[in-house]
Amino acid sequence: MKADYIRPLDFRAGCVDMTHGSGGRAMAQLVDELFLPAFDNAWLSRLNDQAQFTVPGRRMVMSTDSHVVSPLFFPGGDIGCLAVHGTINDVAMAGAAPLYLAAGFVLEEGFPLGELRRIVESMAEAARAARVPVVCGDTKVVQKGKGDGVFITTTGVGVVADGVEISGDRARPGDRILVSGTIGDHGVAILSHRENLGFETTIRSDTAALHGLVAAMVEAVPGLHCLRDPTRGGLATTLNELARQSGVGMRLDEAAIPVAPEVSAACELLGLDPLYVANEGKLVAICAAGDAERLLAAMRAHPLGGSAAQIGEVVEDARRFVQMRTAFGGQRVVDWLTGEPLPRIC
Amino acid sequence: MRYIDEFRDAGLARNIARAIAQAAQPAREYRLMEFCGGHTHAIARYGVQDLLPPNVRMIHGPGCPVCVLPIARIDAAIALARRPGTTLVTYADTLRVPASGGQSLLRAKAQGADVRMAYSVAEALALARAQPGREVVFFAIGFETTTPPTAVAVRCARAEGLKNFSVFCNHVLTPAAMAAILDAPGGVPLDGFVGPAHVSTVIGSRPYERFAREYGKPVVIAGFEPLDVMQAIRMLVHQVNDGRAEVENEFTRAVTPDGNRKAIDLMDDVFETRERFAWRGLGEIPRSGFRLRERYAAFDAERRFPAEVAAAPVPDHKACECGAILRGHKRPQDCKVFGTVCTPDNPIGACMVSSEGACAAHYSYGRYRDTAPTQEAA
Repeated sequence: MKADYIRPLDFRAGCVDMTHGSGGRAMAQLVDELFLPAFDNAWLSRLNDQAQFTVPGRRMVMSTDSHVVSPLFFPGGDIGCLAVHGTINDVAMAGAAPLYLAAGFVLEEGFPLGELRRIVESMAEAARAARVPVVCGDTKVVQKGKGDGVFITTTGVGVVADGVEISGDRARPGDRILVSGTIGDHGVAILSHRENLGFETTIRSDTAALHGLVAAMVEAVPGLHCLRDPTRGGLATTLNELARQSGVGMRLDEAAIPVAPEVSAACELLGLDPLYVANEGKLVAICAAGDAERLLAAMRAHPLGGSAAQIGEVVEDARRFVQMRTAFGGQRVVDWLTGEPLPRIC
Repeated sequence: MRYIDEFRDAGLARNIARAIAQAAQPAREYRLMEFCGGHTHAIARYGVQDLLPPNVRMIHGPGCPVCVLPIARIDAAIALARRPGTTLVTYADTLRVPASGGQSLLRAKAQGADVRMAYSVAEALALARAQPGREVVFFAIGFETTTPPTAVAVRCARAEGLKNFSVFCNHVLTPAAMAAILDAPGGVPLDGFVGPAHVSTVIGSRPYERFAREYGKPVVIAGFEPLDVMQAIRMLVHQVNDGRAEVENEFTRAVTPDGNRKAIDLMDDVFETRERFAWRGLGEIPRSGFRLRERYAAFDAERRFPAEVAAAPVPDHKACECGAILRGHKRPQDCKVFGTVCTPDNPIGACMVSSEGACAAHYSYGRYRDTAPTQEAA
């Protein structure tokens, strides 16, 4: 029998063209030769328009995240693994176990197939390592100039155990605020690779799937109040979101907030505040004061929480201000991010 | 970080704070203006005001380059950016400064104007080289600190024979603005200046001597780190107590009496002082801004595109108190629109745009002081 595709995809010199999004044979070939072998799972290989699965437990969690990062490849990762980690983390921040992912690709005409393969393989590797398969997907192609290489949207579902009630509106005065590690690494790694900034660093993105860390934390403290990953807008914006949702204020201790010296130095040079720089492998946790020590120990025992720290506490404040005692000894507000200092960071 | 952490040491800060508290006489008011936005930002970000006794009050001066840009100049920049085949390059904060008719460079960009953000004028030059078919206009703003790099870019463009590069010059002069504040009718409630850091590395400490001599105001030049600011405040308090008015230099690690000769010569080669220049909030100030000299006219956007750079002044927003705040007559929280209509996300006055602006610094870092935690936020 004649092979379905006379010529295999040219991953060395070939490019995405409009036919790869046409729904015809060229698209089928892209699926057969790239996506199916990379993601390699029983749901996807059945080639249905949807994936069917049964889920344990009663409460499901669902989240979605679009990724438009520029550049597509950066120190410590690329848009592929970022798209997997980003959605796994959004699901995990409910204290849930992520189960399955869906992926939607918007490809720009002319994008090199070789780079697409690198991205898809990185995604598949991240999904395998996290044990969360990509079970369905979609590909569209837009004309040259109407996109910027690749945009990826991922959607994830997971289940959350009975008794776990993690939500951004549960912070209460007296609660402790913890962060899982150094802040600002991802944003600075991305910035260092932007073409118009001629500076080099050894900083790598912290992009990582946090559901393992979350599982260890929930096991140690099932009554955990809030979890959130401080991505765009950084730690400062995430804490302001939580303060608003819960109707509380916060008091931080600047000296306790972990920042890598290289990140701190890069931020000095670029006039940025690490509190506002994005992270992709860190989380903020809020728990009752009596649980804080146990939670911190559980975080520090996990490979992704080695430099976890308690950075402040929740206070009563109708104005919902996040305030900080500066390392210098003064006091100040830590406000919402204003404007857009770092576009397309994830 | 070496050379950084030493200047942010909390233990040293407490020592200086104690010394200031001991030196400051309780019956006396010490109203000190930090001229520079860099100092304003440091004071707000590190909470320096909390370490000072209540009778030592910092007044935020007009030394934030985007804050003093008048509306007409932003309007002109937008008109330049909208010219067909033109790319306007500028520093990031400038993009958000409010212009006439609810416009800003950021909004013009969203509507299709080619506006690029740059960290340095070198990026604008590189763009002009890479796109010979497009006009590249650098919207140059800033005090004596950012002026020498613009001068270098203009000289490079001439040496390379670039035909598509020009500068829309809005560089302004620090000593002229300080004099304008002191000359304001009705007097100014000021007992001394924390003098500029980076500006002084260029112009040196001598240009401030007239403020001590003619106006009787002490000036202490200080670096931008919080300990620099604290130490300068301590030196000012001593001068006030002693009845002295001198120019002292806290920032000796970078500032000399004569400044950076090479940078001054570069500025002098490329720029000449305008008869007058309009400042937002302060009005027209004689001999307070630069323009390109005749011999560099080919690189002067004002001469090349006169239709876009209209001269008609545009009045500041009626409710905006930026002028009184920049002169030290009012505090940001005294302005009716502060924190209500005018916020960093929707600035009405220019002081709310940059984190170096008095209003934005107070809003972002210090507004918790204005109300008690039990009060509902406005």
